[in-house]
Amino acid sequence: MNILICVKRVPLTGGKITLTDDEQAIQTRHLGFTVSPHEECAAEEAIRLIEAHGGESVVLTLGPAEAEEQLRDMMAIGVDRAIHLVTDGGEWDPQATAAAIVDAIRADGMAFDLILFGNESADAGNYQVAVRVAYALGLPVVNGIKGITADGGNLRCEREVAGGRDIYAVPAPAVVSVLEGINLPRYPSVPGRMRAKRKPLAASEPPRAQPRLEMVRLLLPEGSSKQAEVLGHGPDAAPRVVEILTEIGVI
Amino acid sequence: MSTTLVFMESGVDELSQQAVTFAGQLGGDLATVTFDAAEAYAPAAWAQTLVEVAQQRGAGAVVAPGTDRGNEVLAHVAAKLDQPMSANCMSVTPGDPATVIRMRWGGSLLEEARVHGAPVLLSVAPHAVAATAASDVETVAVSASATAADQVVRVTETVPASSAGVSLADADVVVSGGRGVGSAEGFSVIEELAALLGAAVGCSRAVTSAGWRPHSDQVGQTGTKISPEIYIACGISGATQHMAGCKGAKRLLAINPDGEASIFASADYAVIGDLHEVVPAISAEIRKVRGT
Ligand SMILES: Cc1cc2nc3c(=O)[nH]c(=O)nc-3n(C[C@H](O)[C@H](O)[C@H](O)COP(=O)(O)OP(=O)(O)OC[C@H]3O[C@@H](n4cnc5c(N)ncnc54)[C@H](O)[C@@H]3O)c2cc1C
Ligand SMILES: Nc1ncnc2c1ncn2[C@@H]1O[C@H](COP(=O)(O)O)[C@@H](O)[C@H]1O
Repeated sequence: MNILICVKRVPLTGGKITLTDDEQAIQTRHLGFTVSPHEECAAEEAIRLIEAHGGESVVLTLGPAEAEEQLRDMMAIGVDRAIHLVTDGGEWDPQATAAAIVDAIRADGMAFDLILFGNESADAGNYQVAVRVAYALGLPVVNGIKGITADGGNLRCEREVAGGRDIYAVPAPAVVSVLEGINLPRYPSVPGRMRAKRKPLAASEPPRAQPRLEMVRLLLPEGSSKQAEVLGHGPDAAPRVVEILTEIGVI
Repeated sequence: MSTTLVFMESGVDELSQQAVTFAGQLGGDLATVTFDAAEAYAPAAWAQTLVEVAQQRGAGAVVAPGTDRGNEVLAHVAAKLDQPMSANCMSVTPGDPATVIRMRWGGSLLEEARVHGAPVLLSVAPHAVAATAASDVETVAVSASATAADQVVRVTETVPASSAGVSLADADVVVSGGRGVGSAEGFSVIEELAALLGAAVGCSRAVTSAGWRPHSDQVGQTGTKISPEIYIACGISGATQHMAGCKGAKRLLAINPDGEASIFASADYAVIGDLHEVVPAISAEIRKVRGT
């Protein structure tokens, strides 16, 4: 079973987001970077499926040169090789992103049985790149998945809905987007990190199409910054807490 | 003036109604599209039908609620038509191109964007607008496309949940613990307070990543979105991705020894202290006032 996983580098924003002066990006000078938890889980799921059924896993990202860090992170937990579509760091809209991913899949030549995505990217949250890639490749697609079982040529996929789990039987090859919670991703080991440095990484620079969902600027939501009422310090605050809980009717 | 179609998700009436109100911002005629609730969900088939209705009527826009299915069906419509789609919009200004304000980072950040497409495809961020009664809305009842290719992916079975305890998403009170709880066992004090309040237990991602609690307890951007009367957050620093899940809480009480923790900037009430001392004291006080 050959599996491709698509991940996107995003800043770890902490408690407060600050924008650059031109409002085109988050101020990241003091921040670390990561990928969405959904995508981390996609990589873990690929590794588990391959541990069980054999095959090769490949991680792909479209992002700046620095996104090699995220590709190495994914290889450190067990992904075999990487494809890096290098950009200048500016925002790519979902149609352009999907088109570049599709071109890269065709150019790579490997027959993937499964192409895994996060349900939505952490930053843009466009909810569509996976679906667009599936249509371009003529593959079935199912989203928001929290359980995958490979069963012959079919994938049994489970999705949480109000009151239970919907089951889909999807013929492979297929595109599946997953949600955090499908598994608990492993941490990279030190030998895993060493091995990741030597794993193959193919880099190329795709041409960028005109955006059709065009970002004009970023803005922070209206500040709901509150002045919290301090109910007390330590256990002595308990009676005041209970008064409040009683006032609002939950006791 | 052209028509805007609104995809109505069955069982999600309030958010679908909000999508209708939002679609009113586009100006033209409104028509809601409702699928037969008895039909198995098949996203490509539902999208195909929406595409056909949109083409018959020369619709200028297709709007959906920003739910799992709303976003999914609209993404299929976008892929079928090769048109741009903007997910989780807060507002729209019609024009060529249309301009939207949309959510990024689960709502912790917003974006102004231009949508260069026709029809304009927009999903609506939950609770971005309040639903108002709409008049002059045409209703179109449809069955999903039966074409084999569109029915490859469909729900074949639904396994009911073994529902235990209070559901996090619907709870009136949520008591959460973060990394500050220190261990899986440390959650006993959180569970005790939650039981006394009839509350659901929540947690941060630091906790699920450590394996102390299941992901079903996680509040946040990639966890559950909650909207309780009060949210009691213990040992949680207040990362934007956590806060994206509890914006709907009416009140927030944070318990943390670090007076500078960013969670206090969103809190209504603060207790500065060690949760392992404060939380048991609150439980004891509740028992005292109840005389149990
Ligand atoms: C794309 C993305 C999505 C994410 N989604 C989520 C999500 O859905 N939910 C989520 O929670 N996180 C999410 N995160 C992670 C998030 O960024 C933070 O890392 C996480 O919320 C931190 O959890 P925490 O507050 O428990 O831990 P920390 O940030 O380590 O904070 C621990 C706090 O505990 C306090 N403390 C220590 N000891 C005590 C004590 N004895 N008593 C009381 N307080 C004490 C400390 O002062 C500190 O403030 C996401 C991250 C990314 C990048
Ligand atoms: N720049 C990118 N590089 C690689 N994969 C991406 C990129 N952007 C989005 N994706 C993938 O597509 C999924 C959905 O993204 P989105 O449509 O932006 O919500 C993400 O979770 C990733 O798996």
